[in-house]
Amino acid sequence: MSEMRFEAPKTAEAAVALLAGASGVARVLAGGTDLLIQMRGGRVEPELVVDIKGIAEMSTITSENGGFRLGAAVTAMEMHEHAAFSKAWPGLTEAAMLIGSYQIKGRATVGGNLCNASPAADSVPALIAAGATATIVGPKGRRDAKVEDIATGPGKNSLAKGEIVVSFLLPARPANSGDAYLRFIPRTEMDIAVVGAGINLTLDGKGVCTAARVCVGAVAERALVVQPAADALIGSTVDDAAIAKMGAAVSAACRPIDDKRGTKAFRIKVSGVMARRAAAIALNRARGKN
Amino acid sequence: MSAVVTEKKLKVVGTRPDRPDGVPKLTGTAQYGADYTLPGMLWGKILRSPHAHARIRKIDASKALKLPGVKGVITAADLPEQKFEYVGAERVAQNFWHMTRNILAREKVLYEGHALAAVAATTPAIAAEALKLIEVDYEILPHVIDVEDAMKPDAPLLFEDMITRGVEPPPTKPSNVSKRVEFKIGDADAAFATADEVVEMSFKTAAVHQGYIEPHACLARADADGQAEVWSSSQGHFVVRTMTVKMLGMKTGDLRCHAAEIGGAFGGKTVVYVEPVAVALSKKTGHPVKIMMSREDVFKATGPTSGASMTIKVGVMRDGTIVAAKGLFKYQAGAFPGSPVMNGCMCGFAPYDIANVNTIGYDVVCNRPKSVAYRAPGSPISAFAVESTLDMAAKKIGMDPIQFRLKNIAKIGTPTVWGPKHSHAGFAETLQALQKHPAYTAPLGKNQGRGVAVGYWFNGGGESSSTVNVNEDGTVVVATGSPDIGGSRASTAQMAAETLGIPYEAVRPIIADTNSVGYTQATGGSRVTFATGITVINACKKVTEEMCKRAAKMWKIEPENVIWEDGSARPAGKRAGEFPPLTFKEIASKRTATGGPVVASASINAEGQAPGFSAQFADVEVDPDTGAVKILRDVAAQDVGRAIHPSYCEGQIIGGVVQGIGCALNEEYIYDKNGHLENAGFLDYRMPVASDLPKIDAIVVEVPNPNHPYGVKGVAEANIVPPMAAIASAIHGATGKRLTDLPMSPPKVLAALDG
Repeated sequence: MSEMRFEAPKTAEAAVALLAGASGVARVLAGGTDLLIQMRGGRVEPELVVDIKGIAEMSTITSENGGFRLGAAVTAMEMHEHAAFSKAWPGLTEAAMLIGSYQIKGRATVGGNLCNASPAADSVPALIAAGATATIVGPKGRRDAKVEDIATGPGKNSLAKGEIVVSFLLPARPANSGDAYLRFIPRTEMDIAVVGAGINLTLDGKGVCTAARVCVGAVAERALVVQPAADALIGSTVDDAAIAKMGAAVSAACRPIDDKRGTKAFRIKVSGVMARRAAAIALNRARGKN
Repeated sequence: MSAVVTEKKLKVVGTRPDRPDGVPKLTGTAQYGADYTLPGMLWGKILRSPHAHARIRKIDASKALKLPGVKGVITAADLPEQKFEYVGAERVAQNFWHMTRNILAREKVLYEGHALAAVAATTPAIAAEALKLIEVDYEILPHVIDVEDAMKPDAPLLFEDMITRGVEPPPTKPSNVSKRVEFKIGDADAAFATADEVVEMSFKTAAVHQGYIEPHACLARADADGQAEVWSSSQGHFVVRTMTVKMLGMKTGDLRCHAAEIGGAFGGKTVVYVEPVAVALSKKTGHPVKIMMSREDVFKATGPTSGASMTIKVGVMRDGTIVAAKGLFKYQAGAFPGSPVMNGCMCGFAPYDIANVNTIGYDVVCNRPKSVAYRAPGSPISAFAVESTLDMAAKKIGMDPIQFRLKNIAKIGTPTVWGPKHSHAGFAETLQALQKHPAYTAPLGKNQGRGVAVGYWFNGGGESSSTVNVNEDGTVVVATGSPDIGGSRASTAQMAAETLGIPYEAVRPIIADTNSVGYTQATGGSRVTFATGITVINACKKVTEEMCKRAAKMWKIEPENVIWEDGSARPAGKRAGEFPPLTFKEIASKRTATGGPVVASASINAEGQAPGFSAQFADVEVDPDTGAVKILRDVAAQDVGRAIHPSYCEGQIIGGVVQGIGCALNEEYIYDKNGHLENAGFLDYRMPVASDLPKIDAIVVEVPNPNHPYGVKGVAEANIVPPMAAIASAIHGATGKRLTDLPMSPPKVLAALDG
């Protein structure tokens, strides 16, 4: 039987040193809501577990350049309880709050959700739609990357050995902006997205959409940024025709599989449905109506 | 048996006291199967097949045995061979040759998760590591999962020598069809020709698990003299004893079984999986051994109920009379024979008075875990098909579905398809109660629909025992042999308090071990409040007779001049009024002086149970863009005979509806092409969560059973029978699409809407 080493460093650099120096399988532990299940199921038997919850910059939400710096180990519940953050990014906060039970929401983190690289991760399409940037610390120092470039496929991410995502920068919010995330699950909670859709948009003073990002989950090997869907909204007043065009673009971009959670046909159709409904919510938020 | 007591006399029966077992469950001190430990205890773990179907060429445990901390390994070679024979009534027959092979595989593994060896070690981690060191040489064989595929002539055979029973002359070739059953009254084929309308439809249901929260767990200890003890979570510790001694070739008197608190069962804990293994490991190692299943083990290796393929044909007249009905039912048995197809054939049309009925059933083995009882075993499956077809027939003749059922409802004297006539009232009364519910005529909105269905279940009687001990302070201990799954401690205490005339709080109900109370069958078949209840009442009557004798002694009068009334002995006859009454407590305090301990036992092989009948309607709303079905309302009426504890009756009704909603909408076993179960966990095996459910209105209908002193009918099962068809018919009402394949999950509903 293999012995497991458990470390809880206080700085990102110390965590990186541990991970970079590991000779066998090493895993980062944030909330543990994925890792512990994988370990219990025998799918991973790490020799080293590095608990990053004690690293200050990873566990806090701070203001930065008019936006927010979101620690990668901040839990869904902490986002929800942070009044200013959840007011600025209701869609992202709601996406994180869809994860699991209340007990799970008190543990699960956006950084973990991203790096675990499930195509069905709920917070990831919302984070990508928000235009967030990830800050990564590794053996070669710090670097920034687009969130959409982190996960590459089921259980796979682009981080090099020893690298960890420490935080996300959510950019300053222009006036008349709104975001939303909706997912489809067969139940009402405690489930995994069959499809998920995140929308973030900004209107000008006349109600014309000047910027939009659309990202859908669980319809490909990773969350998909759908530029044609965003293009369908930009320049429109986000009327029914634009929303329908956006939904059709989402469906067209999907390349899902048939699996135990849903069929290809179902995912292609319902991703468009979820995107349309999410767009309507984001639009209301941008117009100042919740 | 005594006549039913009239309601006005009852003081405790019919009230809603707190449950006697509530505090330990709330505070976490209640001991479930996994909570027992003993000094020197080892941890047992079971090696399970990774293959759906394979021949076992060799099992080599030598490396595992060399691992420090491993104290013993067993395989099927450590269990005695059993005779190949079907034992017991046909409807519930068992074959111990099959049972021993399900507990530890012999020649072949027949499903992914099939147990084939077990290890006892000093820690769970060492036991888990040891499992990896057991080398098994498998010859992988083709497998078959679907029931229709398993019936094909070229299907892979699970048993190369299985000849279908119930066919004359017997087939010459082996197949996966274990048994054919047929029931018939009248001439259905001829009667179809006379019908105004004939509806014929085919259906499929998925295998669904009971989904109890507590995985199977037990602790066993065996002594050097051959005596052994087991603590386990089961529906019947006497059943655990019977099966375990049979599997191990022990004497019944050498095994004492204790009933742990039970975290759900629903039929799934009426058989043994881990207990014989734990006893065998304990015998081998000389240490107590604990075995706990994981959730994955529970899904892969314990009983779901059958998935099925069915075809139903009904002929109706324009006035609503059903003149003919046929049903063809093919049920998955899983890896060993014994699906509840016979029940399905019997229950499907049982609610109705139909002159011409023919049902045919096939019990079919396939490479899945062996099916086990699940709440009204077999009846929900056939009812989904029958009730859906009847809904279409009612729609075809333009008749209200409750009116249509009332027109055809079985009454006392109506023959059943299996022979005996119905002998209890209550079906029509239940339907009428449902019909009167104000929501039945409430208007529906856009994309909404309403569906009606009914359900029948036999209910059980059978063998039960209880013992009543009177304490010196006037409290009593009532010991039964029935594990408390659905509130039987509360109903036991209520019936005892009512019969003795003492407060509910003065009764302490317990579940005694197999060496401490008379033989009692499992808690199942909705039999406990009826059958065990009768023994409790009878034992309490013996106590009151004895208390009268003690009072006579205290008064120095003749015992025949003492009567028991309102919880006191009173002088009567020529002695009437000579002394003030003596209370139960006063007599109990004089125990020593009046003859010693007051103890009474009663046993029964109860007959006269009344069947369960449930009638329900469901309102749904279908999301036309996603196929998601929201249950807006479910109203469930059920005849309970008399509610001993109305809250528990309502709880049983609501629980059955919830499980039915799960079967209707999302629950299913999903296999990949290699015969591996893809959803062996609660994440992807989707039982309803609380927020999925509407308020469920339980209507408790009371048409007393004359064969029980307080009028009890079994309550626990009939309620799971109607929801699937009620929801399917409601979806049909909402969308115009008839779903015939369970579960009616969003992808299937959306495909139907878009198709």
